[in-house]
Amino acid sequence: MNIIRYQDPELATWSPLNRLASLREEMNRLLDGSLAGFTENVGLFGGWSPSVDVFQDKENVYIKAELPGMKKEEIEITFQDGILTVAGERKQESEVREGESFRSERSFGKFHRSVSMPTKVDAERIKASYKDGILTVELPKSQEAKAKQIEVSVS
Amino acid sequence: MKPVANTLERSQTSRMPAWELPPANIREEQEAYVLELEMPGVPKDGIEVTVENNELTIVGHRSDTQPQGEVVYRESRHGDYRRSFEIDTSIDTAKIVAKMEQGILRLTLPKAESLKPRKITVVD
Repeated sequence: MNIIRYQDPELATWSPLNRLASLREEMNRLLDGSLAGFTENVGLFGGWSPSVDVFQDKENVYIKAELPGMKKEEIEITFQDGILTVAGERKQESEVREGESFRSERSFGKFHRSVSMPTKVDAERIKASYKDGILTVELPKSQEAKAKQIEVSVS
Repeated sequence: MKPVANTLERSQTSRMPAWELPPANIREEQEAYVLELEMPGVPKDGIEVTVENNELTIVGHRSDTQPQGEVVYRESRHGDYRRSFEIDTSIDTAKIVAKMEQGILRLTLPKAESLKPRKITVVD
């Protein structure tokens, strides 16, 4: 049995997501451990988990991650064993600390997302750009993967 | 006192197209209220800010709604953003400043002159 401390809703910083997250954690603890482990790894609750899209055309695989309010230098992109990982930390500006906050829905902190590639890609030619808060990673498909594609479309 | 109240419930139900609701932070500074909205995918010219009958409405149009090629996996939503806030007379609506930077819209809502802290000097 866990005791949840009561907080005056008028006094506390308004943050529905944090409350949802703690509720979720409590529920997971009650039910069983496996679910809790899953959500912690994915970072869906408690941390920050930017949404990620994966597209592909004949030439490339595209990964798009919604990372509003970051600095280019703060985004870390790595590619290993067919898995692209985007990680970083979104820091709350220090000036935010001053003054009273009466709505706080944005998430801050560390994030980490990994995407496994649908086909083989050429790791040497991966390109990334960051515009309007969206990170786009372009991963050219390897010659091998492209040849396979053609084979499939013919048969 | 709530100079910037949320009116999303009302605006969400009265409008049919599925608008994305951008997460917002609001804080009070000495001279102004600062409202930040997360709208990734919206360029500077995709922002519309209107004030009508004490209702501040922010609309953000995304620049790229069409995915490149075929969708393998999608988590993001692709609708445009919209959110409304009720503002009271303590905000000088003529002096609202908007700034868009990497998907974050930052609105500075200056407090009306009458509410700002004032230093009064004593005259002989």
